[in-house]
Amino acid sequence: MHINTDKILQVRDMNIHFTFGGGLLKSGRKAVLKAVDGVSFDLLTGETLGLVGESGCGKSSTAKGVLQLYKPTSGQVLFKEENLCDLQGEALRRMRRQMQMIFQDPYASLNPRMTVLRIIEEPMKVHRTHGNRKERREQVIEMVQRVGLNPSDIHRYPHEFSGGQRQRIGIARALAVRPELVVCDEPVSALDVSIQAQMIHLIEALRDQFNLSYLFISHDLSVVKHISHRVAVMYLGIIVELAAKEELYARPLHPYTQALLSAIPIPDPEVERQRTAIALEGEIPSPLAPPPGCRFHPRCRLREAVCSRQTPQWREVAPGHHVACHLV
Amino acid sequence: MMPTPMQNQQQAKPILEVHGLIVRFTLRDGALIAVRNVSFDLFPGESLGVVGESGCGKSVTFLSVMRLIPTPPGKIDAVKMRFSGMDLLDASKRQMRRIRGNRISMVFQDPMSSLNPVLTIGRQMREGIQLHLGLSGRSLDDRCIELLDKVGISAPEMRLKSYPHQLSGGIRQRVMIAMALSCNPSILLADEPTTALDVTIQDQILRLIRDLTRDLGTASVLITHNLGAVAGTTDRIMVMYAGRIVEKAPTPLLFKDPRHPYTQGLLRSIPRVDQPAGRRLYSISGAPPDLLRETIQGCAFAPRCPLAEEQCVAQAPSLEPFAPEHLVSCWKAADAHQHG
Repeated sequence: MHINTDKILQVRDMNIHFTFGGGLLKSGRKAVLKAVDGVSFDLLTGETLGLVGESGCGKSSTAKGVLQLYKPTSGQVLFKEENLCDLQGEALRRMRRQMQMIFQDPYASLNPRMTVLRIIEEPMKVHRTHGNRKERREQVIEMVQRVGLNPSDIHRYPHEFSGGQRQRIGIARALAVRPELVVCDEPVSALDVSIQAQMIHLIEALRDQFNLSYLFISHDLSVVKHISHRVAVMYLGIIVELAAKEELYARPLHPYTQALLSAIPIPDPEVERQRTAIALEGEIPSPLAPPPGCRFHPRCRLREAVCSRQTPQWREVAPGHHVACHLV
Repeated sequence: MMPTPMQNQQQAKPILEVHGLIVRFTLRDGALIAVRNVSFDLFPGESLGVVGESGCGKSVTFLSVMRLIPTPPGKIDAVKMRFSGMDLLDASKRQMRRIRGNRISMVFQDPMSSLNPVLTIGRQMREGIQLHLGLSGRSLDDRCIELLDKVGISAPEMRLKSYPHQLSGGIRQRVMIAMALSCNPSILLADEPTTALDVTIQDQILRLIRDLTRDLGTASVLITHNLGAVAGTTDRIMVMYAGRIVEKAPTPLLFKDPRHPYTQGLLRSIPRVDQPAGRRLYSISGAPPDLLRETIQGCAFAPRCPLAEEQCVAQAPSLEPFAPEHLVSCWKAADAHQHG
């Protein structure tokens, strides 16, 4: 692994807000959904940053904001020191070549009417990275082999492949234009257990071969623990804790992180017998009306008076270990 | 864990007996055998985990028991398929309707699509109880409230008036469990009941199913792809692969001394939060067979198996006792020590 301290990506106070209602004929007030509400983090070159949280926590919106698929409402996304939020049109498209995405669903993310060759070739055409058809074809064949498929597969259609093989095609497509940053959005969640480990190994190997940096989104804390260098935990639109993975899993400080980790069943009956889950009270509140103060306080077993009054500061409590909680 | 079901097995009569179940489908693209000669017993009050990957036949097995497989295109054959002494193969539609939801009930993966979106929770709950138990009026409502309370739903009187979309996924699944248990069934079948839910909710639902079925003495079947989910919640586990049971054992034994190379591979390939992150994951090579396109000769796992020999490719092993209560379908079961 070649992690250097260069920051390939710096996200600064990113907000992604969606506005609802308040149409011409409706007299109702506008409602603002703060999907991402002031998120900041760095990604180092060659690093994998895991982004975990439950559904609706804003992890996918964060990824889309980074790629400018959602235009952030405010804040900065510095990719190699250039603020992507300021770019448009051709300038943004040029930057996008360097940032690709691997999707969750290997069925929905490949066009069933295209051959593997055309699927993998398409981003090369869009970004005009290869001069002619022959060069593109050579690149497709190389990519197909890098992800563990056969060159003869390029004339086949997606339905002829299993879920795991399709995911390999999706990875080959993402890497064909030689990106530097890859956003992986739940890339193994839809796969069978016996295929997941293969895919984790492939994603790790490609990172090292191509010196990629990954933003790895998942709800599965075990997978994230395996693949990431650092992990950020999101809850209701904000990052509540961020640390090196060894640190985060050994010493989770935020009560939400602790609850998440305690809820994971371990495939070992003896360990299971002793595991006690920290129960979370109630449900995730609506992001349309997040609780005041610390967003987690209504469900927190340790809450104190201050938690409902004041928003906790994002602090570095140990080298590289950041947390937003009054009680830490 | 409670010592009950395992110890009593010798004396107890199974509530569900399945012997030699074969389920075929004739489809436009060809024929496939989804379940190949599956046999098992389920004892009263016991909790059975059924583990396998998509397409292994775990759901089809239990849908066949409930006679919920449309025939055609499906065809169900078995030497024996009995529920509490009654033959499920010959049962009429009317008899099956009396069993389903009443004596054997089911909880599915997606609570949203299993609930009717235009009816209130109360209306849907009352329907089953009215039909099967003949309650009405005040006592019917009391029963509904009692059930919602039992599955940990606060303010149950209010929830009866809610529509499914007003509830979160976790609450909806609790409602499904309440409905499934409403007629005091002998068996609760839960097919991937937590797969669509968030991590913190998954754990709550699994524990709820385990605790309620234990309290009520209901036998339960937990069908899942997640070995973690069955580790703490079941008494026995059967592992399925390509339509067959490859290994069956009491839960502690299956995890401690797995004998089928597929079970071993699965256990070693799961990333675990309780283990150091540096551990290299084992990965099973290849992919499960496509039952529609490939004909299986010999052991279906042989192409992916590190221990496979000529015999494995030539002839399919049968499910044989390896130790008391531990059945394995593998020629190399004795050699298959867990390494790593």
